Amino acid sequence: MPSATLEPAPGHPIVSVANLVKQFGRFAALRGVTAEFAPDRLYAILGDNGAGKTTLLRSLAGLSAPTRGTVSIMGTTNLREVCAQLGYMAHPSLLYDELSGMENLRYFARLYGIDSEQRCPEVIRAVNLDPALERSVGQYSQGMRQRLSLARALLNDPKILMLDEPFSNVDAYSAREMTHLLKSLRDQGKTIFVVTHQAALLEGVADEFVRMEAGQIVRRSRDLNLERSLEADLRG
Amino acid sequence: MTNANPTGVTRATLAKDLRLEWRSKDAINSMLFFALLVVVIFSFSFDPTAEESRRIAGGLVWVAFLFAAVVALNQTWARELRNQVLDAYRVSPAPANSLFLAKALGNFIFVAVLEALMTPLFIVFYNLRAVGPPYQLLIVAILGTWALVVNGTFFAAISLRTRSREIMLPLLLFPISIPALLAMVEATSSILTGEFSAKFWIVLLVAYDVVFTMASLFLFELILHAE
Repeated sequence: MPSATLEPAPGHPIVSVANLVKQFGRFAALRGVTAEFAPDRLYAILGDNGAGKTTLLRSLAGLSAPTRGTVSIMGTTNLREVCAQLGYMAHPSLLYDELSGMENLRYFARLYGIDSEQRCPEVIRAVNLDPALERSVGQYSQGMRQRLSLARALLNDPKILMLDEPFSNVDAYSAREMTHLLKSLRDQGKTIFVVTHQAALLEGVADEFVRMEAGQIVRRSRDLNLERSLEADLRG
Repeated sequence: MTNANPTGVTRATLAKDLRLEWRSKDAINSMLFFALLVVVIFSFSFDPTAEESRRIAGGLVWVAFLFAAVVALNQTWARELRNQVLDAYRVSPAPANSLFLAKALGNFIFVAVLEALMTPLFIVFYNLRAVGPPYQLLIVAILGTWALVVNGTFFAAISLRTRSREIMLPLLLFPISIPALLAMVEATSSILTGEFSAKFWIVLLVAYDVVFTMASLFLFELILHAE
């Protein structure tokens, strides 16, 4: 049974990857990524399609085994030991369309041994959905699914949150609400990784913008404007 | 702090699967339709006497149930692929074996419901009556159904990420089910005809069930976390 008691040592990175390579056949999605990420920060991972953002996130979540290299979270490379401390939201919803939002959350709460009666309404309200909504998820709008998917990732009150395109198909108001929620979660001491094409939404919220290209981290910047001007310069 | 209870996870997953099936009826409808077709087509294809029926019924019944079960077995994992829901399980601390047991129990219930509905039809169409001890038929049904679903659930999970998984499942499942199928057919025929004891075949089924359940539980974590 995975343990949930690991904590990062003070002053040490909460997540580190060393020479991480992930190959799918002859295609290398990650080409020797090496990086360290400090705790209690929000990282925006940027890059074009195929840059390796999702593969990096899946590797951090333990869903994709590295071809070479290591992923270390809270000091361990055995990610099953820390999986109870991770929250993962993928581009697909990871939800059952035939069940209602609450039915989905109750089921996933059981996977973590969580008291669903208290926690499920809490997280569903946190993402501005109605706990009393009886509709099946298949009848939700795309934006509602995204929010419910975020609620699912928050169920276990994770120390590290990994979100893949959380703002896609979400209206501007809901995206801003989501951003406020992420900011408050970061302020509560969570480390958050957000893969996004909408970096502007995280301006003033993200602590660092991590730029990926062709399976490598090419730049890390604390200022989105600086990141944008560097990117514009490089693209001519 | 979170701590997943294996029994609780199995119960929750089984309840979720039963609820999903109750709402969609994907597996049970396809199985029933398929099994019904087999019964009707076989009954039109030949017209056996009562004595001949007792001799061949074991084979007909179990082949029909095996083919129909494959439909349910494919469905059970297909619903985990929609929206990649299986990834939500893989990132959780819930044990792999709890998922496997819940899926196998769910499939057992679906196939048992099919058998309960189809057996009266077999009795009517083939004019069946057990000469041997009828309670043994129930034992054979339980052991035989578990033999089909435990392997079927395991191999359906293996073929989950292959492109032609509907074809792959029977290719993997049928050869490995031959000893169990042989035991089911022989035991059923012996109970229906009363010509010989079914005990040896029942013991064989018990051994088969124990070995393949243990092997599946032992290996399933590898299958779940494979890419």
